[in-house]
Amino acid sequence: MTSETDMTHKTLALEVNGRVVETRVPAHRTLLDALRDLGYVEVKRGCEKGDCGACAVLVDGVALDSCLTLAWTVEGCSVTTVTGLGNRTEMHPLQEAFVEHGAIQCGYCTPGLIIAAHSMLSENPSPSEADIRNGLSGNLCRCTGYTKVFDAVAKAAGAMREAGETS
Amino acid sequence: MTDTIPTGKAVTRDALRQVGRPLVRTDAVGKAVGKTMYVGDHVMQGMLHARVLRSPIASARLTRLDVSKARALDRVACVLTADDLERPLIAVDIPGQTGRARLETDQQVLVRDRVRYHGEPLALIAAETVEIAEEAMRLIEFDLEPIPGVYNPEDALQPGAPIVQGTDNVVAAQKIVKGDIEKGFREADRIIENTFQTQFVEHAFLEPEVGLGWVDENNIINLRASTQVIENFRFIADAIGVPHNRVRVRASLVGGGFGGKEDVTMECYIALLVKHTGRPIRLEFTREDSLMGHGKRHPFTMTYRTGVKADGTITALEVRLIADAGAYVFLSPYVLLYAAIAAPGPYRVDNLLIDGRAVATNNMYTSAFRGFGAAQAAVAYEQQMDEIAMELGIDRIELRRRNYLRSGDTISSNYPIESAVWTEECVDRAWAALGEPTEATGHLRIGRGVAAYQQSYGRITYLHDTSQAWVGVEIDGSVTVRSGVTDIGAGQVSALGQIAAEVLGVDLDDVAIYNSDSAVTPLAGTTTATRALYMTGNAVKVAAEALRGRLIERAAKSLGVASDGIDIADGTVFAIDDPGISMPFHELVKLSAADGIHCSELAIFRAPFSDGLDPETGEGQVHPDYVFGAHAIEVAVDVETGEVSILKSVAAHDVGRAINPTAVEGQIEGGAAQGQGFALSEEMIYEEGRLITPSFSEYLIPTSMDVPKVESIILESGTGLGPFGAKGIGEPALTPVAPAIANAVTDAIGVRVKELPITPEKIVAALHAEPT
Repeated sequence: MTSETDMTHKTLALEVNGRVVETRVPAHRTLLDALRDLGYVEVKRGCEKGDCGACAVLVDGVALDSCLTLAWTVEGCSVTTVTGLGNRTEMHPLQEAFVEHGAIQCGYCTPGLIIAAHSMLSENPSPSEADIRNGLSGNLCRCTGYTKVFDAVAKAAGAMREAGETS
Repeated sequence: MTDTIPTGKAVTRDALRQVGRPLVRTDAVGKAVGKTMYVGDHVMQGMLHARVLRSPIASARLTRLDVSKARALDRVACVLTADDLERPLIAVDIPGQTGRARLETDQQVLVRDRVRYHGEPLALIAAETVEIAEEAMRLIEFDLEPIPGVYNPEDALQPGAPIVQGTDNVVAAQKIVKGDIEKGFREADRIIENTFQTQFVEHAFLEPEVGLGWVDENNIINLRASTQVIENFRFIADAIGVPHNRVRVRASLVGGGFGGKEDVTMECYIALLVKHTGRPIRLEFTREDSLMGHGKRHPFTMTYRTGVKADGTITALEVRLIADAGAYVFLSPYVLLYAAIAAPGPYRVDNLLIDGRAVATNNMYTSAFRGFGAAQAAVAYEQQMDEIAMELGIDRIELRRRNYLRSGDTISSNYPIESAVWTEECVDRAWAALGEPTEATGHLRIGRGVAAYQQSYGRITYLHDTSQAWVGVEIDGSVTVRSGVTDIGAGQVSALGQIAAEVLGVDLDDVAIYNSDSAVTPLAGTTTATRALYMTGNAVKVAAEALRGRLIERAAKSLGVASDGIDIADGTVFAIDDPGISMPFHELVKLSAADGIHCSELAIFRAPFSDGLDPETGEGQVHPDYVFGAHAIEVAVDVETGEVSILKSVAAHDVGRAINPTAVEGQIEGGAAQGQGFALSEEMIYEEGRLITPSFSEYLIPTSMDVPKVESIILESGTGLGPFGAKGIGEPALTPVAPAIANAVTDAIGVRVKELPITPEKIVAALHAEPT
């Protein structure tokens, strides 16, 4: 058992999708593992090296690869996963656009792509296609060839501008 | 149970209501909002975590393996080596629904004394946490005494070469003879010979292999596994020494496959550890495990010698194929067969000699990958067509036109094509859609290429493939489909829903689909070989039509209208001539149930069955049918740096019938990207058998920065053997892409790089070797 004075572990209060959750993790625990252990399994494990972006989450609105982020370093930050953006009855415009454009196939990369797109749109609400490509360049997808992903992000950007909601 | 070959005409309505529409797939919303559970998202109380210890070298004798320290480590539950296994071997050929004789090419589950490839598993560990399992792995001591290996097929074929396994490095040979090759060459005005090569390619699905296994209340070993083939439960059961009905495999849900989740990998390790510990076991491959733990695309060396008349007519073709099978046989004989059958491409060749061999080496074993040998053949035959056109000074499209295979012609194995062959339409439309050429600027050179193809859909006919589906209506009018089909991301399940909805006159939302469970959903066969829609789609259609027939008969009684005058649409049953005479569909179901009418149906669909090929000539039927189409590409090549940018990418395929056009486009776009990687950037590099590209930092798949937007031209001849005349698109989407890119690059720079991938380094070297 880990004792309360064990300096290698720490009880963190993480804010995930607007709720504060407590978790006791060692210093080397990645945010990816910490989140998955807490049940946020929508954060996908693809490479654990920062190559694929499947594990991307928003930390204070910015997309980060959670596999390269230590859980201890995000204490006090706001963490958002794809489930924090919307749900089946009330999807986020990005989620809606991915669905409508058929931008999802196996779907394993989708949470990361939506998070990356969200991060990019919050900085740049009117992206060109080049901006979209750049914003998604850290996220690999093997099924779609990205064509429908680009269309979905462009569509969502328009919808979000119309709704006046870019964050 | 229904057991018929569908005619495609049983549904006689003028317009299709569900099929052919770009409906939102049934799985889309759950995936978008992050609520879909993949295999790796399931955990279980008391589960152990597993790891696989792999050999760090490719060819060696295992002289010592000491796991005592690992076993002694606190919270380690189990360490298994080959000595602990009751049965050392697992079958690795012909997965799926077939009772046909196997090749008996079993593979050792764990190394007993001979390591044959880098990454071959030495031991399995199960512990309370992943960290402890990894610590235990580091405590395992072993000695490997290197044995001279053989690392390319050419060396492996030399007399005196080290033998990888058995008595001969040739693990499969395939010959096809048609007409009179000598006569064909005598009739030729020119003979053109080229050799083309392809590389080891990785599937690079985003979800590494993962599984969870446990023993249930009936003493059945259950596995949730990211696999394309739940029927592998049989191989797993044999390997762990239990009857087939004691292993249950579910594949929900899988994050991509492309052929790389077709062979058994982690499932067997999990089953063994479950059997030995009695506890739930979770095994998730790291990305490195994944790259080392499943078979790759076969590298092929393909020598084409083509005899042509001055007008471009092909008079003879001699093809020599050598495939690197790697250390174990797996599906190499079939991949070689596909390559041999496809070798002439979609062209009529009356005098033909194809001689193929798959050769063992101490490289990673090679097996299924989208295109399955036929994609490698396309790389050769379409580059060869451009070379012939150039030599003869004939336009590339015109040369192809003079040689296209037409419906009714025979393919390489002298078997006729009965469905539509729309190669010409596809090539012309894709080529035309490239539009005005982009202007060259600075050191950019612009080039264009096209490639046509012939790709089978459905499995080899002498494997006697079958697929089953069950369709039922609930008393509230909702529809249930049950079928073992595995959805690996292409929308396999959603398409079945559309077909059931079409036949029963309901909306896709009214259909629930239970799938991919080897114990409780009727076995549907593999999700491979571009067969899921063709085979299982037909099974669903047959079942739904039988059910519809019974319900309509009951409706005829109530409505007082002859049954052939009744239709169902939008949940209403009505008289076609007087839609006012109607009843809600759910009322009809209720009446039918009250009358004891059987409100469900189990159907089996059988592909055409054939005997094997003639052993001398390779003549006979190999596949149910073929898909034809083309891909056209425009590139810019930077002659300073060798960098290739794809400017335009247009695909035209005759898919027979697009059940869901959005899903078809998705396949085409994804195939374009995967084909681009095959052509330009992807290569699994083995040095002395040792993998030196073990991550996505070294193995470069196309990113959002690299791919063009793809234009899809979907043609529907309606002549396929699938439901509503569908053919298939999973593999065809990829097959023409790499050769089209290769041809475009050559068009741009005036020299041909005959070895994939066409990297900037090779382009620069080629330009320096032969300045333009």
